[in-house]
Amino acid sequence: MSSEVLYGITFVLLAMSFIKDRGKTKKALKKAYKSLLKNLSMLVSIMVIMGIVLSIIDSNYISMIFGKESGIYGILLGLGLGSVSFMPSFIAFPLGASLLENGAGYPQVAGFISSLMAVGFISLSMEAKYFGMKTAVTRNSLALVASISFVFVVWRFM
Amino acid sequence: MNIIKNYKWVWFSLVLLIILLILKPAKGILATQITVQNLKSVALILPPIFVLIGLMDTWVPREVMIRFMGEKSGLFGALIALFLGAMGAGPLYVAFPVAAILVKKGARLAYVFLFLGAWVSIKLPIFMYELASFGAKFTFLHVFSSLIVFGIGSLLMEKLMSKENVALIIERADKLSA
Repeated sequence: MSSEVLYGITFVLLAMSFIKDRGKTKKALKKAYKSLLKNLSMLVSIMVIMGIVLSIIDSNYISMIFGKESGIYGILLGLGLGSVSFMPSFIAFPLGASLLENGAGYPQVAGFISSLMAVGFISLSMEAKYFGMKTAVTRNSLALVASISFVFVVWRFM
Repeated sequence: MNIIKNYKWVWFSLVLLIILLILKPAKGILATQITVQNLKSVALILPPIFVLIGLMDTWVPREVMIRFMGEKSGLFGALIALFLGAMGAGPLYVAFPVAAILVKKGARLAYVFLFLGAWVSIKLPIFMYELASFGAKFTFLHVFSSLIVFGIGSLLMEKLMSKENVALIIERADKLSA
């Protein structure tokens, strides 16, 4: 659904650009192609490494450590696992929902899901290319703080 | 030579994958399947994202970006950052090239960090999905806590950053976004 909207917006803007100025549009497409090439190597390698990490992490293990009784350990494991691994949301959300159905606690799942999206340990090297290592680490720490706050709020209010 | 050098990380990751395939064939095949699935979904998103980056680069003058998202854009700039992040599609690492073009065009750094924060927490397509999977209360708490932490954190990050670090980020953004 979201990619169709994205294509729609891009197509409309591209058409408007083409009507207004052909030369500029050509230049824009050239730039798009160039910066895609520049980023492609990093993007592809991150995806291969994520595939490897994801194949090693066992889903039975994940559901085992997220039980309601797992308490603070389950939360810490959820945050840690979420930070180092990556899953597209269309896999992560149904997984999270089924974990809840199978007796996992809300705070544990909250920590896992939010750090999964916000903290990118595997993409840290790519982030450092843009922002420098120091800033990349700081931004990821901030994202971890956001995830921990979410866990705390869920723990308190759900 | 260039193909080897420019794609060294790809080669490195592929060697890892081959080692896994040899040592643990079942896991290796699973890893390959997951990678291919990932590549497929991201390959769908990448072309429009980079075309948008290209269009923004040629059509949006620096002065306009500075007016909308620069040092003096105030709350309006923050709202634009949140809006851009919420409109995003794809995982976190797709957001970095977009962040680079914002920096290149003169957006305030705190707002670029806020944009990244919004991208990983309140992205609209994900928001709808989260609502369906976990319910309204969970999703609301997520959006609410994320906005507060990323809002305060982005300002703090900018404030605590050294001048050399700011210069480095701008220099890299210029270089990486062609």
